Amino acid sequence: MDYELIMRTSLEAPFGVDAVIYALAAIGINLQFGYTGLLNFGQVGFMAVGAYSVGISVNYYHWPWWVGVGLGLALSVVLALLLGIPTLRLRADYLAIVTIASGEIIRLIMRAAVLADFSGGSAGLPGNYRDPFFALSPFDRGAEYGFWIDWSGENFWVMIVGWSLVAIFSFGMFQLMRSPWGRILKAIREDEDAVRSLGKNVYWYKMQSLIIGGLIGCFAGFAFAYGKGSVQPDNYSTSVTFFAYAALILGGTARIWGPIVGSMIFWFIITFSDQMLRGLVAEDLISSDLLSGTQIGVVRFIIVGLGLMLLVIFRPQGIFGDKKELALDAH
Amino acid sequence: MPINSDIRAVRGLPGVAPTPGVAKPNPILAIEGVVRHFGGITAVDVEHLEIQSNAITALIGPNGAGKTTLFNLLTGFDQPDAGRWTFDDQPIHGMPAYRVARLGMVRTFQLTKALSKLSVLDNMKLGAKNQSGERFFEALAPWRWKSGDRSIETRADGLLERFNLGHMRDELAGTMSGGQRKLLEMARALMSEPRLIMLDEPMAGVNPALTQSLLGHIKALADDGLTVVFVEHDMDVVRDISDWVVVMSEGRLIAEGPHDSIGRNQTVIDAYLGTRHGDSSTSGVTE
Ligand SMILES: Nc1ncnc2c1ncn2[C@@H]1O[C@H](COP(=O)(O)OP(=O)(O)O)[C@@H](O)[C@H]1O
Ligand SMILES: [Mg+2]
Repeated sequence: MDYELIMRTSLEAPFGVDAVIYALAAIGINLQFGYTGLLNFGQVGFMAVGAYSVGISVNYYHWPWWVGVGLGLALSVVLALLLGIPTLRLRADYLAIVTIASGEIIRLIMRAAVLADFSGGSAGLPGNYRDPFFALSPFDRGAEYGFWIDWSGENFWVMIVGWSLVAIFSFGMFQLMRSPWGRILKAIREDEDAVRSLGKNVYWYKMQSLIIGGLIGCFAGFAFAYGKGSVQPDNYSTSVTFFAYAALILGGTARIWGPIVGSMIFWFIITFSDQMLRGLVAEDLISSDLLSGTQIGVVRFIIVGLGLMLLVIFRPQGIFGDKKELALDAH
Repeated sequence: MPINSDIRAVRGLPGVAPTPGVAKPNPILAIEGVVRHFGGITAVDVEHLEIQSNAITALIGPNGAGKTTLFNLLTGFDQPDAGRWTFDDQPIHGMPAYRVARLGMVRTFQLTKALSKLSVLDNMKLGAKNQSGERFFEALAPWRWKSGDRSIETRADGLLERFNLGHMRDELAGTMSGGQRKLLEMARALMSEPRLIMLDEPMAGVNPALTQSLLGHIKALADDGLTVVFVEHDMDVVRDISDWVVVMSEGRLIAEGPHDSIGRNQTVIDAYLGTRHGDSSTSGVTE
């Protein structure tokens, strides 16, 4: 078995495009769920809005790339309002139900055959929309960059822009969460009525949290669109949201570093178990009758699931969580 | 140990007849025909009630009388089936809870709502009104809200000292005892500088030594011009600090007057005895 290759591939993953995408998605969820207590199970919907906005703007309308970005952000605000207006006055579960449905609705509309010319239908959008974005890149798209671990010029550019966004949003989150604004969100997470009784417009703060978390999710969608070769509708299924939640919980909710480190660990575990299992099968240490190539794809998620279970048992607050806070839940 | 009883006695409501629904010389809150049903029960049915401004009014009544429900309705936390009321001559029925609070009518809860994962100090700061850092874009720019936050902190520290919570300042509120949480909730409500504060059983669970200093504090607040309405079961406390007592039973206003007139009131005695010996189902749920 080529252990060096396994390690190299596994260590590449926590810095790669997937880790960027899930870190961004999880930062948004951390604001909504971690700090405000809102159950947004439709983060993937915001990602789809972002990805399709940049894709369709360039491929179909031939607009400049930044128009697509602006459009994606504007539509994300609209989506957040649509989701929030009917539900945020109600109990928390209503938002959860509506958001989980919304993500699926967006995916199903985008893959509809009647829209094939517009959104690419089930085949998705080919990657032409990426060209103007890579035209801005100082790197050669085809060349390899890095040391020991190598990335293509494309990925390298997406990673640099993506991790910069992660840094900017995390710094913003850090500022917000020590401000009076953040104090209100954290208070809402615990008891809305207490916050109302002190003259704060709880509904509006929940709406702001939903909108801003959704906007960051939209950026995750941009990263998804530019980081992958195309926009595929079935890449935007509900499981994406839950993987982002898994990453967040691994890292620790309501912590600035939680979504970032969580996403990196998530992708390390996924890639490492994938590579190990493949290596073991190739060496016949595991019979290929027992585990086929497609099954490995599933087993690695089982391993992540086991990891999460162990985490919940031995370190329920997540990697960065605060045990003292958790103990208060028992009250 | 009635600290300001002389001042109180003078300030009481001389010349106001002790009859239910009587008009007051200077009401801050005036309630008209407020009705709230829960399924078959009429939780609140108050025809007319005025709360005198700058006075301490005790709201008493057996368990299940509708005191908490009345608080919920008046402060916008529950919607009545009928009724209207004014705060400072401004109609506020139908107004959302947070706007009622902003007008200066702030309530506390019978079941305390200390925000346990926030520090005691953060709980206090949350209470302050008009913080620029509560707006999103200002929040991103600490230099815009830091100085305001510091002055809020000074005020919070002062109040915490007065409520004997100074030593808890940096602890998470969830680590406090039930009595301390009551105190914190009251102090936090005062952070918003209300003109009318409505306290739902503020002394429940507070240790007796502290109760005395708290009573003194409430009286001092009233002397500074704050109007206080509080629900209390301890008649010694009621006697000690209230200028006026309002009695509810089964949703209705059955008596009001100075506390000495209430003690002699046969309707009140019957109401209390009635529930003590009567149907226990009306006394179970209190919130
Ligand atoms: N949310 C509710 N649903 C149903 N019944 C309620 C509700 N809140 C209060 N009640 C009923 O209304 C009556 C008044 O309750 P409450 O206002 O809590 O009384 P108090 O505070 O005077 O003890 C009680 O009979 C109680 O059971
Ligand atoms: Mg009550």
